Amino acid sequence: MSVLSSLVGPLGPGPLGAAPLAASADMAEYVPVLVMLVFALLFAALNLGLSFVLGKKAPSNPVKDAAYECGMPPLSEAHQRFSVKFYLVAILFVLFDIEVVFLYPWAVYFQQMPAFLFFEMLLFIGILLLGWWYVMRKGAVNWARE
Amino acid sequence: MQQWLDDLIAGTAWLQALPTGLVYTIGILVACKLILLFSSLLAGEVVWLERRVSGRMQARIGPNRVGPQGLLQFLADGVKLLSKEDVIPATADRPVFVLAPILVYLGAFAAFCVIPFGYGLVAADMNVGLFLVLAITSIEVVGVIMAGWASNSKWAVLGAMREVAQMISYELPLGLSALAIALLAGTLNLTDIALQQEGWLWNWYVFRGPFAFAAFFLFFTAALASLKRAPFDLPEAESELVAGFHTEYTGFRFAIFFLAEYSAMILFSMLAAVLFLGGWSPGFPVDLTGPAARWIGFGILFAKTAFLLFVMIWVRWSLPRFRIDKVMYLCYKVLLPLSVVCVLGLSLQVLLGEVLWGDQSAFGRWLMGLGVHGGIR
Repeated sequence: MSVLSSLVGPLGPGPLGAAPLAASADMAEYVPVLVMLVFALLFAALNLGLSFVLGKKAPSNPVKDAAYECGMPPLSEAHQRFSVKFYLVAILFVLFDIEVVFLYPWAVYFQQMPAFLFFEMLLFIGILLLGWWYVMRKGAVNWARE
Repeated sequence: MQQWLDDLIAGTAWLQALPTGLVYTIGILVACKLILLFSSLLAGEVVWLERRVSGRMQARIGPNRVGPQGLLQFLADGVKLLSKEDVIPATADRPVFVLAPILVYLGAFAAFCVIPFGYGLVAADMNVGLFLVLAITSIEVVGVIMAGWASNSKWAVLGAMREVAQMISYELPLGLSALAIALLAGTLNLTDIALQQEGWLWNWYVFRGPFAFAAFFLFFTAALASLKRAPFDLPEAESELVAGFHTEYTGFRFAIFFLAEYSAMILFSMLAAVLFLGGWSPGFPVDLTGPAARWIGFGILFAKTAFLLFVMIWVRWSLPRFRIDKVMYLCYKVLLPLSVVCVLGLSLQVLLGEVLWGDQSAFGRWLMGLGVHGGIR
């Protein structure tokens, strides 16, 4: 959470000359988030505990405990290597998502100096789109090709 | 929230005797408990709504026995699921298997704390609200891949891989189309975003020009995909992957996945209503920030949320499922460039509004995404 706040810290006071919120720099703002996380954890854990108490307990057997494979005994481990396409998607995500994160402070401050920020961002998005064009030409998401 | 508690303390004698920190703590706990009740009960009702609507669309009745019109069906289902046996496959990775549904629920639920349910009806009124919603909901991805991998079942692994690829890909158009609204609003605080859409219908961000209109549909489509709703429900496509990443989950562990899915639906519907459909604005100028009026605002926001939820269900029972490569194609080749165009178009709109009309004229303010009352709060 401290990572998050340091990441978005500079966004503190709202633009348009508005007064900053009373507790904007205060970590106390994040207390409800923490409480919600704990509540979610408790809710799930309590219900699972309740289900453990109330639930039926039948003797186990190897067939019941096997992983589902259409009624047949599993032939092999499911932990196998998977297609490289998924790695490619993950790398693309990291690339583009960081751009999106960079765009957020830009968007929040845009109205304060629109002309300057617009052309700056045109450059940034231009480079981004160049990369996007390259990735698409390489067929990175063209899964149907093979 | 804090202001509300301050008012409460000032108006009640016995609260003033207590230490302020204690009142704050209890206030936050009560607020979070209320949100938990709201989201879990409403998720149950959305399950009921889904079953009723799908029943109607398939010319049958749907559940109508438990309670009036079957409204209490989810309670009966909950009791049934609680009394079911909890089976964990022998080959599963037990700690990860057990932790996964809790993480998924965490990601779907915790983001509710920054959603304003009405003016001031928000647990954590923070400047990074929109950003925090996107950050917390991406915890869900971790839970999903943990569930799929720990199950040690081929269906689960395939479903989880697909789902993670889909969810992280669609986070890009989702983030960018939400960014378009941050650009108009000049803030990430969801209460402020809603306040700037007060006044007449054309002040809603969805109606502020063609790019904002397109951004709403991009947001909704990307939200459908990252919620793994049909037509993007590849990860749990019944006809090909059994049940996807939760194939091996039984009893209440499965119910928690289910609850998380519907909670996330409610979350994104509310977010879309706040970002694009004016929040609690009814479409004509009326002040809904008073202590009693804000509950009317909550009702209006709730109606918009319910409508969007209905649209999600409607889409599910109307459209056939995509193929996984088409889903990826749609994301990277259609939605991503379109949302970049939306962001650039909106920034050009703001620039033009500022240069040609300025923030003193009504049209200039409309173009720049500013509210009727000038600044923010």
